[in-house]
Formats: sequence, structure tokens, C-alpha cells
Amino acid sequence: MFSRAYRTAITVPPLVWVAVFLLVPYLLMFCYSFWSVSESGTIVHSWNLENYKELFAKPVYWQTLLRSMWIAARVMFFSMLLGYPLAYFLSFHAGARKDLYYQLVIIPLWVSYLVRAYAWKTILGTDGVLNTLLQYVHLTSHPLDFLLYSPFAVVLTLTHIYTPFTFLPIYASLEHIPRNLVEASHDLGATPAQTFWRVIFPLSIPGVLAGATFAFVLSLGDFLAPLLLGGPSGIMISNIVVSLFGAAYNWPLGAAISLCMLALVLALIFFSERLEKKWSFQ
Amino acid sequence: MNHPAHHGSHWLTAHALAVFAFLYLPIVILILYSFNGQGVGGFPPRDLTLNWYRILFNDGPIWDSVVNSLLVAAAAMVIALLFGIPAALALDRANFPGKALFRRLVLLPLILPGIITGLSLLMLFRVTEVKLSLVTIILGHGTALISVATTEVFAGLQKLNRAQEEASLDLGATYWQTFWRITVPNLKLSIIGAALLIFTLSLDEIAVSFFLIGRDNTLPLEIWGRLRRGITPEINAISTIIFMFSLIAIVFWYRLRTRAEVTPELVAELVEPAGNR
Repeated sequence: MFSRAYRTAITVPPLVWVAVFLLVPYLLMFCYSFWSVSESGTIVHSWNLENYKELFAKPVYWQTLLRSMWIAARVMFFSMLLGYPLAYFLSFHAGARKDLYYQLVIIPLWVSYLVRAYAWKTILGTDGVLNTLLQYVHLTSHPLDFLLYSPFAVVLTLTHIYTPFTFLPIYASLEHIPRNLVEASHDLGATPAQTFWRVIFPLSIPGVLAGATFAFVLSLGDFLAPLLLGGPSGIMISNIVVSLFGAAYNWPLGAAISLCMLALVLALIFFSERLEKKWSFQ
Repeated sequence: MNHPAHHGSHWLTAHALAVFAFLYLPIVILILYSFNGQGVGGFPPRDLTLNWYRILFNDGPIWDSVVNSLLVAAAAMVIALLFGIPAALALDRANFPGKALFRRLVLLPLILPGIITGLSLLMLFRVTEVKLSLVTIILGHGTALISVATTEVFAGLQKLNRAQEEASLDLGATYWQTFWRITVPNLKLSIIGAALLIFTLSLDEIAVSFFLIGRDNTLPLEIWGRLRRGITPEINAISTIIFMFSLIAIVFWYRLRTRAEVTPELVAELVEPAGNR
């Protein structure tokens, strides 16, 4: 139906742009990870595996990566915990107001990350709203330290930010479930709990996987929340990368870590998609 | 037709309320304390005042950064649409070697942490010796947000009535004419929705911008700089204004999409471009 010229016109420009601004940069990052930085602070294009050796040798990188994964796992878990029942409520119990509630959920989704992280920073501090409130009603007598500048603060803030992200695909997959299946299950005598675990939940697994992957991957690579709220104990792997591209000036090492992160993320996405396809009852 | 267990339904409603509270309370507190005379913390808020807003309106650098952000957002929107619309068309109706890789690449910035997108572009600009400035930020946003344009327009294309395009071609119109007179008007809502979303996302963008910034700040980065220096309710004030604009933009965007009869699956596609579905 469409001529060669048409198809060329719609294909070539985006292809070129994507090649230049997405593919080439990743390849450059790959190259950088094999270079090194000289004492005078310039980047030397000598190809070696020093950066990767350093990553495996020094425990700080491993430890930070593991801590980041643990934080990401908790964010994933809690945003699931919050997001799934919410999605279920909207899909099956909200009735006429479903649309309104849906808007209410996506509004925070698009409000600036910075605004929301900042809000938590002001709430969790020793002089912040939460601590002064607790003391005001005499639940505590002195400020709670761990609320801010801790992994707790990072997990809390990231959960706040990514719960709507996990909500979306779960809600989509729940909406996709044909209601006559649910009715049939009830008609055949299943309790609501049985219907949920045997019919509804399995059909929603692709959405759950998508949301979980999204929350985990984005939390893993986050550097803003730890910078604002993490303190020394809440440093994540991306913060190390940021400093390597900043004050610690070692672009090649930073590139190596970023590449590892990229590989890890791509692997997770790949496996998640495989699982989603397996669980997709189409 | 629901058959909710009554106990379950009460817990579910309570849970939903709790989640909504969790999502909105911090923002409500933020807004409340933008009027607080005593600073960002402390309870209860007292000495309600518009002082912080007054300081905000006299704050030159902030408004310079707002202008920068608007410029960047407009330019990024143009780039994202300019390349995202053809990309969606190409994914929909053309076959070429590397199509699968292309689709992956285009959608990757949506799911990758911003630091990877930002750093890879930084390395590109370093190697090509391009100085960091608003232009590099525009290129960064534009590239990352092509994925948004592509996803929205692709979804719109699925709803498009092919017969109209075929009829137009059969009646002798050129591809160019068909494109402008049939295809684009039918995609109008998708394109406007995408444009709105891209503009809003660009205004708020901080992760990619963090690495591509030159001398001129965008609004989020200006605020970020302030945060390092010390917190005042002036930041609450600007945050409140940002929230209000985001609110209006998103509600408007949502109305557009409902008019375009897009299902929640397609909205989820926006954030979950996970391959075939």
C-alpha cells in the first residue's frame, strides 16, 4: 500500500537520530569502560580491563551494588503491596467512580520527582513535620533519627514515587480480564478468595511482572533520592557513578559501572518479558 | 458484576484510602507549609503568610530558569514529535532490517534509569567536543522523549481507519497529501496528547538534565542547587506552583485521551513498553 519513498521517509530520519543519540552513546560508554584516566586527569585511550578488575577487587562496589539491590527490592515489594490492592479495588469495586479514581492515581505519577522527594525531606527531618507532630501529641519525647538520611527514607520516598508506576500495568491487566470468567467462577461455586487466587491473580501476573520490573530497575539506578535523603548509609551505586563523573573524576571507571548496571537492567527486563509471555494467556 | 465479599470489600476500601492518603499527604503538607511563617518544618503550622510567594516572585534566577525550562520543553517537544511520529509510522507499516532493535532502542529510555541515558549522551558530547548548554539538554530530552511520542502515536495508529487512507490513495492523492489530510488529522488527539505529556515531562526532568547542564539552569536544577544550600519555604512555594501546573496539564491530557477512546492498556503501554503484548 505504501510506496518505497514513503516508507523510506518515515524510517530513515528516526533511525538516524536513534542511531546517533542512543546507539552510539551506548557504544561510547562501552569503549570508555576499557580506557583509563592518567594522573594529570586526562582520559587515556589505552584499552585494558583495569576498571573491571577494580570493580571485582574492591568490596565497596559490590557492597554498594548489593545494598542498592536490597533497597530496590524493598521498593518493589512495598509498591506492589500498595499498588495491587489499589488496582484491584479500582478494577472490581470502584463502579461509576473508577475514572475519577484513576485520574487521582495518575496525577502524583506525573508530578515532579523533585517536588515529591523534597516534600519527604521536609517531613522526615529532625525538625520536620512528622517528628514535631509526634512530639506535639506526646508520642515521642525526642526526634527520631532514622527517619531521614537513612535507607529507610530512600525506600519510603521511592515507594511513594513508584507505587503509581506499579499500579498502571497491574490495573491494565486486571481490566483486561473478561468479567464473564469471574462470573463463571462464582457460578461454579467458588468463594471470592478462590476466584481471586485461581482466576484473577494468575491472569494479572504479566502486569505484576511488568510493574515489579519497572519499580526495581528504576529504583536500582536512582541517585537523586539517596543524595537528598540517603545520608552516608543510604548511598547507592548510582551515587558512586555520579561522583566518578564529578569530583572523583574517573570517567572510565564510572562507565564500567554504568555498563554493568545497563547489562543487569537489560537482563532483568529480558527475563521479565520472557516470564510475562509465559504467563500471558493469549 | 461484582460479587464482593463484604468483609474483604471494607478492607479493600480502607486500603485504597490509605494508599491515596500516602500518595497525597506529602504534597498537601508541602502546599500547606508554603504558607507557614516559621519554615518548612515544625508542627502545627502557624503564622500563615504569603511572604514566601512574595520572595519567590522577586527571585530573578528562579524565573530565568523557568524561561529556560519552557524553551527546553518546547524544543524537546518539537524534536520528540518530529522523530517520534515517523518512528511510530515506521513501526506500524514498514519492514526493515533491524526493526526489532530499533523498537527496543526507541523505547529504552523509558525504562532505563535516567543516569544511563544522561551519562551516555554526556560521553557523546565529550567525544564530539560539544559544549554543555541548554542545547545539549534539549537533545537529551528530545531523545529520551521520542519514546513517549512513538508510544502514543502508535497507539493512535491502531485505532486509525486504514480504509480512509486507502480510499484517499485510490482516489489519486499522493502519499504526502494523504499524510497531511487523512493520517495526521486522525492522529490529532494522539499527537496533542503526546505533545502535552512530553512538554510536562521535560519541564520536570532532572535525572538526564543533571549530566548535560551547562551554565544555564532549568527549573528543577535551579531548585536542586538551592536544596544543597539550605531549605526555605520559598522552595515549597515554587513546588506548589509546579504541582498546580502539573495537575492542570495531566487532567487536560487525560480528558484528551478519553476523547480519543484510549484504553488503560494503552496508557500502561506508555510506561510498560515491554515488547510484544
